[in-house]
Amino acid sequence: MRYIKAFLTFWYDFIVGDDWTIAVSIAVAIAVTFWLDKSKIQAWWLLPAAAILTLGVSLWRAAQAE
Amino acid sequence: MSGMFPILATFLAASIEGTEMVAILVGVGATRGWRSTLLGAAAGFAILAGLTFALGTALLNLPIEWLRLAVGALLLILGLQWLKKALLRIARPSARRQAAARSQMALQPESLKKIDWYAFVVAFKGVLLEGLEIAFIVVTFGAETNQVGSAVIGAVTALVVIGGIAFLIRGWLSRIPREWLRFAVGLLLAAFGTFWAAEGALVRWPGGDLALLGLLGVMTATAFAYLALLRHNARLNHKRSLI
Repeated sequence: MRYIKAFLTFWYDFIVGDDWTIAVSIAVAIAVTFWLDKSKIQAWWLLPAAAILTLGVSLWRAAQAE
Repeated sequence: MSGMFPILATFLAASIEGTEMVAILVGVGATRGWRSTLLGAAAGFAILAGLTFALGTALLNLPIEWLRLAVGALLLILGLQWLKKALLRIARPSARRQAAARSQMALQPESLKKIDWYAFVVAFKGVLLEGLEIAFIVVTFGAETNQVGSAVIGAVTALVVIGGIAFLIRGWLSRIPREWLRFAVGLLLAAFGTFWAAEGALVRWPGGDLALLGLLGVMTATAFAYLALLRHNARLNHKRSLI
């Protein structure tokens, strides 16, 4: 049981870290990219834009909290 | 001459994939510790060898897009987290940064008993994904020219050359300040992660693999812009605290 908990805790820390908004934003961006591509719309730009925006928002929130 | 073509072709193609793999391993090894990184890489190679021997040409039927999506997404998330932490540390006033660096140095020595699972997992995923792509290259070229052995020689030579270069530069990397190393590795992981995750979502990048260089360029420029804003903000806060 201890190992299962340690395993799950590791993956939670790995994916969520100290800011859950990064993981959620990227997951949403990937889902939208997939959907746009299925709709035959060029979507290569979406994930880089989402990554840059997510980083900016996360930095701003951290700077405000300091 | 006919035997040279698959060797050269797989050497060149494997060099690109191998450089991506080694860049991740060297970056993670230099920031998190070599033991756990190399253990993760070894585990990745072991799984890869097992898959290759077990499946042979059926390897080409593996759903690599799903693996790219999963690995890419995780690397992108991790890369953004590392980049964020590195930028916040670098932007701090120098006195606070030096104090933080001293406290980090006190915790530095990599434990011989405990594994750094972050380093292990990132190394494992990088080796598995890039290794599978190299295996695809070998199987494809080898099957088309009916010279699988020559294709294997080309791929292995590429890995040995790139691995050798990485081994030579690892000492130089250890002299770079830790925050800047984390900054560079965060950028690499974020760029690779974005590239692979989008490919996994069936996106076709304009310019193919060259788009990765464009991604690195744009993300680097953005990271430095954010750093300038953070430093400006830190200076303003410092001035306000003096009033």
